[in-house]
Amino acid sequence: MNIHEYQAKALFEKFGVPAPKGAAAKTPEDFINALAELPEGPTMVKSQIHAGGRGKGVFTDGYKGGVKFCKTKAEAREAATRMLGNTLVTAQTGPAGRKVQTVYFTVASDIKKEYYLAILLDRAASRPVIVASTEGGVEIEKVAHETPEKIFKVVIDPAYGIADFQVRDLVSGLGLAGAEAKNAARLIRALYGMYWDTDAAMVEVNPLITTGSGEVLALDAKVSFDDNALFRHPDIVALRDLNEEDPKEIEASKHALSYIALDGNIACLVNGAGLAMSTMDIIKYFGGSPANFLDVGGGASKGQVVAAFKIILGDPNVKGIFVNIFGGIMDCNVIANGIVDAVREVGLRLPLVVRLEGNNVEAGKATLASSGLTIVSGDSMADAAQKIVKLVA
Amino acid sequence: MAILITPDTRILVQGITGDFGGRHAKLSLDYGTKVVAGVTPGKGGQVFEHGAHRVPIFNSVADAARATGATVSAIFVPPPFAADAILECSDAGLDLAVAITEGIPVKDMVRVKRAMAAARTRLLGPNCPGIVTPGTGEKSNGGCRIGIAPGYIHKKGRVGVVSRSGTLTYEAVYQLTVRGIGQSTCVGIGGDPVNGTSHLDVIRLFNDDPETVGIVMIGEIGGNAEVEAARWIKANCRKPVAGFIAGSTAPPGRRMGHAGAIVGGAEDTAAAKIAAFKECGIEVAVTPSDMADALIRAAKARGVALS
Repeated sequence: MNIHEYQAKALFEKFGVPAPKGAAAKTPEDFINALAELPEGPTMVKSQIHAGGRGKGVFTDGYKGGVKFCKTKAEAREAATRMLGNTLVTAQTGPAGRKVQTVYFTVASDIKKEYYLAILLDRAASRPVIVASTEGGVEIEKVAHETPEKIFKVVIDPAYGIADFQVRDLVSGLGLAGAEAKNAARLIRALYGMYWDTDAAMVEVNPLITTGSGEVLALDAKVSFDDNALFRHPDIVALRDLNEEDPKEIEASKHALSYIALDGNIACLVNGAGLAMSTMDIIKYFGGSPANFLDVGGGASKGQVVAAFKIILGDPNVKGIFVNIFGGIMDCNVIANGIVDAVREVGLRLPLVVRLEGNNVEAGKATLASSGLTIVSGDSMADAAQKIVKLVA
Repeated sequence: MAILITPDTRILVQGITGDFGGRHAKLSLDYGTKVVAGVTPGKGGQVFEHGAHRVPIFNSVADAARATGATVSAIFVPPPFAADAILECSDAGLDLAVAITEGIPVKDMVRVKRAMAAARTRLLGPNCPGIVTPGTGEKSNGGCRIGIAPGYIHKKGRVGVVSRSGTLTYEAVYQLTVRGIGQSTCVGIGGDPVNGTSHLDVIRLFNDDPETVGIVMIGEIGGNAEVEAARWIKANCRKPVAGFIAGSTAPPGRRMGHAGAIVGGAEDTAAAKIAAFKECGIEVAVTPSDMADALIRAAKARGVALS
């Protein structure tokens, strides 16, 4: 689960991670109150969306920059007026962009130098890793590609937690000394504490900055959490912003379906995540384009199949449907009945190819064949994929 | 021989009184697996009944192992309690803990893996379909089935299968079986980013197993475990290996049901993994329908008889 920068900054404050003073606003009326919390002077205005590349983003009305430096609070208020309710397109949002529903004002810091700091899971080590770089404020992927020696990593032993010598290594790696080193050490410890205590999946500060007066501050914050651990963090669940999520994905999650919208025209309905991913792959292999990832899980019920069909058909780009079920434990005939009922209920007019395999498959195929519906049967994944690709072509 | 488990392996089921655990304990009993104990704290002394089977329930893994000689556990405990259930197996000194549970917090698994670093117990999973060593009976009955895989699709034989995904494993096993090619052992290592046993761990076991003559390795986008295994295969494994990687079409940065299947960088994309497979002499299945045929091609090239 992702949260907005302003929410992450509030968590930073709670865990003692220093950041520039800021205040968020969701309506133009709120601008005055929010800005009143900040001192007069240079102010940053930051669009709050769950996507990166905001600074270089362009709004659909032509206004440039989802993050703006303003010399005065009055200027900041004007910029915020342009951003709020406007749709911001960045490299990460896709062409549709995201509507800005919250604006975050912060004091504009006197930046001496920018750094990069992140904490996430090192899969190979099965331990948390702190990643730091002297190259901040730029795309870290670019740094990793062009100057990998400028990125360094410290892997944390979860049994002990972050050790003093590791903090010293990080601070000296960033080239910091004196008051800056002390402040950076404190910030790194606090950030790790937050990562660990909140079950974060990733905490990224880009840039981390030093200021003219020796402060070390988290200028930006990208924080995401492990969905599996949300059950023990109701305070974090409360930060979820449904406006940032695809309504079809929200609907799917209500039926315990895992759905992700893609931009193709062949909808997929599959049991199991691995099989669902490879169903998308095989559609592409035979020249088609998948419209979604949809995993109905291991023990799909009739109700779930109906809900899945409705979600799939909510996507206007869909021109055909490919149902791929390997009924291991579950009875293929139960699934077949679910498909027939769903097709009748939603009044399907699009081509439908079904590939059933596994437990009681003959009965399942017979149910489909005798339903009187135009359901094309596929013998294997490859056969079925070729059939649906041909039908939508 | 098979790896990790044989038809004689005695297993216990943690969470046998739950709906999910109970259902699969019954299917394992039907398959002929020696399910000798159940564990549910607070329900010790009760009996799990299925047909003529009467499986005693214990309060702890240690009690169950001591009383019944169980050496392997199948864990069906809900996510908030699963890490504890795994550690209990380790404390009881079992040979193998198979964690079926989906949705265990990553932090819990980071801690469990650290705590088990020096333990004698091997962990398989979590979020995995389990492990099957097929038996000699009809529809492979009489084998050892731990977890949630459909037993009947298997056939006793000489091919090892290792995979992160459940249904994709069944797909591969089924393709082999309908071509008359049996399996030594089929292992689901699970789709989570932190798991107990890696592709490489299983490949090493298959390589050392005289009964296994060919291997199917199924992976996904995310992480570098498949590439690590591929490099080891190139240097050490003389058995034919076929590989498939799911997720070529997954959009970057999106989660596809398995927490592990996250596109993170250049190294862990499907294209990078497929390239590494080819470079390491692994016969790549071009589509998921091609997994068994890919192994047949690899075996033919090396003059190995798979069945």
